[in-house]
Amino acid sequence: MTTLLRRYGWPLTAVIVLLCAWWVVVMVVLPQLVMVDYSFRPNLLPREIGTEKDVWTLANYKTLWSNQIHLAIFFKTIWASCLVTFVTFVVCYPIAYYMAQVARGPKAGLFAVLLVIPYWVNEILRTFAWYILLSRGGPINEALMGLGLIAEPIDLKQGDLGVILGMVYAYILFMVFPLYTAMESLDRNQIEAARDLGASIPRIHWRVVIPHSKPGIATGCIMTFMLAAGSYAVPALLGSPGSRWFTEIIYNWFFEGGDWPQGSAYAFILLLLCLGFILLMLKLFKVRLGDIAK
Amino acid sequence: MSQSVDLDHVTMRFGDFTAVRDAHLTINGGEFFSFLGPSGCGKTTLLRLISGFMEPTEGVVRIGGKDMAGLGPNKRPTTLIFQNLALFPLMSVAENIAFGLEVRGVRRDVRRKRADALLDLVALPGIGDKKVAELSGGQKQRVAIARALAVEPQVLLLDEPLSALDLKLRQHMRSELRALQKRTGVTFVYITHDQGEALAMSDRVAVMDVGRIEQVDTPERLYDAPVSPFVAGFVGENNRFPGRVVEVLDGLACVETAAGRLVARAGAGVKTGDAVLLFARPERLRLVPPREEAVAENRIPVTVTDRAFEGAFALYTLRTEGGTPVTAHLVHTGGGDGGPAVGERAVFAFRPDEAIVLPDDGRAAPAQEAAE
Repeated sequence: MTTLLRRYGWPLTAVIVLLCAWWVVVMVVLPQLVMVDYSFRPNLLPREIGTEKDVWTLANYKTLWSNQIHLAIFFKTIWASCLVTFVTFVVCYPIAYYMAQVARGPKAGLFAVLLVIPYWVNEILRTFAWYILLSRGGPINEALMGLGLIAEPIDLKQGDLGVILGMVYAYILFMVFPLYTAMESLDRNQIEAARDLGASIPRIHWRVVIPHSKPGIATGCIMTFMLAAGSYAVPALLGSPGSRWFTEIIYNWFFEGGDWPQGSAYAFILLLLCLGFILLMLKLFKVRLGDIAK
Repeated sequence: MSQSVDLDHVTMRFGDFTAVRDAHLTINGGEFFSFLGPSGCGKTTLLRLISGFMEPTEGVVRIGGKDMAGLGPNKRPTTLIFQNLALFPLMSVAENIAFGLEVRGVRRDVRRKRADALLDLVALPGIGDKKVAELSGGQKQRVAIARALAVEPQVLLLDEPLSALDLKLRQHMRSELRALQKRTGVTFVYITHDQGEALAMSDRVAVMDVGRIEQVDTPERLYDAPVSPFVAGFVGENNRFPGRVVEVLDGLACVETAAGRLVARAGAGVKTGDAVLLFARPERLRLVPPREEAVAENRIPVTVTDRAFEGAFALYTLRTEGGTPVTAHLVHTGGGDGGPAVGERAVFAFRPDEAIVLPDDGRAAPAQEAAE
């Protein structure tokens, strides 16, 4: 604050602080508080608002635990998001390692550009591309049949496979870049020293690269998990009726059920879940929030 | 227990660039051997060829008589101490030292015992549980050595490991490294651009320039009998007098230089009429008393341009009548005056057997760079 004052003087500092405060309070905190308020009230008709029916209640939060289908979808969402996170990590680890330690220089830059280019296409289009790839008459089925591996086209979008594939693809960048940033700062001599002392390649990763990359791994996993758990487009497009995502249920409460309080409660349960996941990851990787900011 | 290293006509090319050119030498088992040369001379490449991080384009690397081709660094009986040491910052000191044992599947308690024993060896007892970041530069240095020795290598490779230390500690670590090498009997292969370091520690030194090994010899022989102008200029300080050979007789060459006719030992291949460089060390130059000026051999009349008194020596910067710069180190005797003052004229001279004439191949190292 004092450095800010010294650098910009009183008037400009006041403007900066007020703008930040406006953004945080009016555009972030207040709307969320309104939603919190919603989530603790019953779903009322407009004329009932303000009457004796308009009381605070935990009913909306209880709904989830009494609705077996919703509960199952909630846990499925957790489990599948964990799986997406894990698969994304497994896919991205070698890519990030290659970019950070093997390629380096212009080659790594080219790799990064190649990774970013698909993200210039919007998420819905990318997801539709997977929709076509995975469909019954799509190229994957054609190829498998052409190779004689299957006789009839199979429904690749059955179950969670399509959703997980689509999400892994959609969130690769959010995993690759934190990993890359963490790994790039690893002194290559440490890898060579470990190798020189006789370590096998898996051992080098286990004892040197992964411990060093922990903050990046935690960041990547948190981002991927949050995006996966909160994703709407991918499960909506690539999922089958049997593989619904918790976000779809929230959507339904809001826009089909018209029950905003119920939807808000569900949304906050999802938010709490994500916060829990963040804390778990931080604990698991023994990193502090500050390390992640780096 | 320690093994020799043979470099059998080893050449290493990167595209068009030849980093190492036909290196051919044997490092004896139990020897403290140094590669000395300016940066970019190919010495680090040689070290990586021995350690297995690179395979030579041509030639064979043998350790203990065994061809190392196709064996990676984890399969060779060598360990490398990196210039920046490359300690693992997330492991404790003991874990660092025991890492090589850990990957060999040695039990935890055995590992710990061995790490503690090695810490005793490098004179750092009881710091096994500290973090690497808590250590001083000199301590890190010793931990890196202990980590490398833990796997009982036949050959220890050191890539300028002292360069990050301050001068005093560096000099202290020189004698420690030397003592440690004698105690363990492991073959040490040491890379440095610091000729003082190489001369002080090594049994033998290979002087390298632009990928070529110029001379392999004991430190004394390198200093007294360099085989090329590069070695003469790089190892220790040297005055150079370019000229042309007038006559070669009884192993002595008479050279016509800008400072007059000078006589010195003729290096290999010096013939009458050759363009040569005559090298005379600053401490070999002596001040000629006025009454001997007329009769002295190799007399060089000069003007004193600078004088710096350093205690044991007075360092003189001189200029000959022909304009050639000359430095001379005179031992301070303590009696009487301090020798000629700045601006005065004087005559210096050297004995023919204390200077050397070498063919001028145009690759002499600038004298001052070597002292870096």
